[in-house]
Order: sequence, then C-alpha cells, then structure tokens
Amino acid sequence: MAERPLKVLIAKPGLDGHDRGAKVLARGLRDEGFEVVYTGLRQTPEMVVSAALQEDVDVVGLSILSGAHMTLVPRVTKLLAERKMDDVLVVVGGIIPNDDVAALKKDGVAAVFGPGTTIAEVAEFLRTNARSRA
Amino acid sequence: MGEDAAAARRAETLVEAALAGDRLSLARVLTAVESRGPAGEAALRRLYPLAGKAHLVGVTGPPGSGKSTLVAAMTSALRAAGRSVGVIAVDPSSPITGGALLGDRVRMQVHSQDDDVFIRSMAARGHAGGLAPSSGAAAAVLDAVGFDTVFIETVGTGQSEVEVAATADTTVVLEAPEMGDEVQAIKAGLLEVADIVVVNKGDRPGASRTASQLRAMLVAVPRVGRARGALADDRPRPNAPDVLVTTATSGAGVPELLAILDRRRAAPPDERRVAAQRARAEDQVWAIVGERLRGRLETADRANETRAVIDAVARHELDPYAAVDKLLKALAS
Repeated sequence: MAERPLKVLIAKPGLDGHDRGAKVLARGLRDEGFEVVYTGLRQTPEMVVSAALQEDVDVVGLSILSGAHMTLVPRVTKLLAERKMDDVLVVVGGIIPNDDVAALKKDGVAAVFGPGTTIAEVAEFLRTNARSRA
Repeated sequence: MGEDAAAARRAETLVEAALAGDRLSLARVLTAVESRGPAGEAALRRLYPLAGKAHLVGVTGPPGSGKSTLVAAMTSALRAAGRSVGVIAVDPSSPITGGALLGDRVRMQVHSQDDDVFIRSMAARGHAGGLAPSSGAAAAVLDAVGFDTVFIETVGTGQSEVEVAATADTTVVLEAPEMGDEVQAIKAGLLEVADIVVVNKGDRPGASRTASQLRAMLVAVPRVGRARGALADDRPRPNAPDVLVTTATSGAGVPELLAILDRRRAAPPDERRVAAQRARAEDQVWAIVGERLRGRLETADRANETRAVIDAVARHELDPYAAVDKLLKALAS
C-alpha cells in the first residue's frame, strides 16, 4: 500500500490577523505532497488542539506574529500532552525573538522557523521528524 | 502477516475505546479506515454492523456555493436541539504531488470544542466522483459510534459528480443564485440526484428567481418508455426535489431545511432510498473487489509479470482488454 501523506495542521492561535505567512506555508506544503488542514484566524489553544485531535494530524504548525507566543505555545503543548497527543510534532513560525527559542523548545516545540525559512526546509524537517505511522 | 494481525488487534482496542466515547481513539480509527489497511479492515468488521442508525446527509455543489458554511449552520441548529453531529468534509488532492489543502474547518471552527460535534477533513486522494475512497466507510464509523446526523460534504463539484447520492441517505445539492438559466437545470447529472436543492446566498439578488426557475424545471421524471440504448431501468426515477432558499451565514432558511431532512428521515424508506442503500453496498463491494484483485496482482512474485503486461499496453503492443484477460488468467492458474 502507498505510504500515507503526512497530515499537518496549520493554525493561527491568538489575535493577530496576519495570515499571509500561514497561507503561503499551507499552500507550499500542499505542493510538497502534505495533506494540510487549515483552520483560519483567531484560534484559541483549545480550538487548535481539538482540531488536531479530530483530524489525527502528525504535525501542528503554529503561526504567531503577535508576540504572545510565550503564552499561547506552552498552552498548546500542555493541552496536547493532557490529551495523550505528545507524539504530535509541534513547530512554530512567525516573529519569535531568538531569546525565546530555547524556552519554547523546552516546552516541547521541535523547531522554530523565522522569516527567511524556505518551504523546502520546513518540508524536509517535517519529513525527517514527524512520527512514522502505519 | 504477523504484523497485520498485530495491527488488527491494536485497531480492536481503539474501536472499543471509540465506542466508549474516546474521541482520540475515534480519530485514530478514522485514520486506519482511511488508510485501507488491515487495521481499518478490522475496525470496520466491528463497526459496520452497528451503523445504519444515523441520517447520512450528502452536501454537494459548486466550489464557493457555501457547502461548509451551510453544514456549520445546520450543525448549530441541530446542536441547539441537543442532537450530535459528525462531519466528513472532502477537499481535492493535487494530481501532481498528492498533497491537499483541507480548508473546510475554517467555516466550522465554532464547533471545534463541542464534544458532540466531530469534524474530519479528508483528501480525495485521486478518487473521482467528489468523495474520497473511504468517505463512505468513514461516515459508517461516525454512524456506528452514535452520531445522530452525519454530513458528508463533497469537494466543489461541477455537473456530474454524483457519487455522494449513493453514499448518503439524503442528498442536498447547493446552487448559488444566478448560476445559469433553465437549460442548466435540465441538463443531466448533479441536479438529477438531488433530494433537496438549496439556493444558498439567499441575500444576493436573483436568489428567489433562481429558486423558481429550478422549481419549474425540476419536475418529477415520468415513468414512461425510454429511449433505445438507455441505461437499464433498475434505478427508480427521482421525485421532484424540494427547492428552497437559505442564507447560511445568517441561518435564514436553515430551520426549514432541517424540517425537510427530518421529514425524509421519518418517512418509510421509499424505493429510491432502498435503491440508494443497495447502490452504496454495491459501490463498496466492487471497490474492494478491485483493490483485492490488484493486491493479488501486485504481490512480490507477480508484480514483475503484471508490470510487463501494463508496459505492453503503454507501448500499444497489447490492448487493455486483452491485458486484463491475460492478468486474470494468470491469477486463475
């Protein structure tokens, strides 16, 4: 049987309305052969995690440009763990100061992709690091 | 083979948890069913006999006609009445890369935290007809675990993606206002399989005129003689569909639509619905016959021979019919 495509949730938690980056990435990952679920703007961490659960995604990608990442991201990783989804890879994109990256990684984020990251880099990282499943 | 048995056992555990209400297990059962492997097979073996209680409602129509928004609006109304809702939302897969952008949740996120609503996006994965290869099976899973109503939303359709009619109990076809004149309404295809035609975006100009044109043209097809060479007459002729106007964004017309759905659900199954159930069973069985045959032709010891026959067709040395006869003969020996 053919290998199933990796399923990725691209979500924008929080209140910033800048979804161009998230949409470009969603489209780019589609072109890389991923099945991308896009959920739109202004999601609470609870909404993101419910969507990830129902869709049984392999990866959750969070796009945040509001500066609220130190509040929103740990909440998402905590909820994922509570719902026994800690095997889901969490990556973050947007405007994230370098000083915060280590703390985010400690909270369970696998990678932080800042401005200038190419789609191919993101795709390669996800292919290498997402859980492998039947 | 041992691996398959282990996968099947894991699936059985997941299925029991899903039946007990665990949503993560349900999500993983759906993944297994979507992958069409031994785990999904084991899951369906347990769940299929439990299905058949939910109302399966197909929602189809052109891209941008408001399918997702209407499903969200109907979900809100059903939830207000205390009824649970499952949604299977299909979006197309890229024929080039196999990737897909599944965007139907955007319109439905208001329901994402309600435990009695379960929304699952599916990529069509190369399947034509408006659905994914496993949409019907996925709907049966949501049915089996107890959802009251299961919406099956197709990809944006054109004129002839009618597969949903064989998958759902009731088919709702959406039209947007001013999408064409009466001639569009008398063409064969999508509108023929509608139980209910909804003109959505009722707040736009022309909505009520579009609805009355559709009403005038979509009269019941009389059961009279048929043209020579027509398809076999074993499909009951459709009744005239209900035609109504909704505005999914405001909820206008949605209570009327749900009332029609409930009336259909309560009515004793007419011959058309029985035929749809039979067509659904037939589609599923024949699809699996095809898959199984293909699987047997692609086993390690046969794959080379099979590929050689296909290559011969590609080079025009063998016609496709002769190729299939050759493959089937090889299987029989």
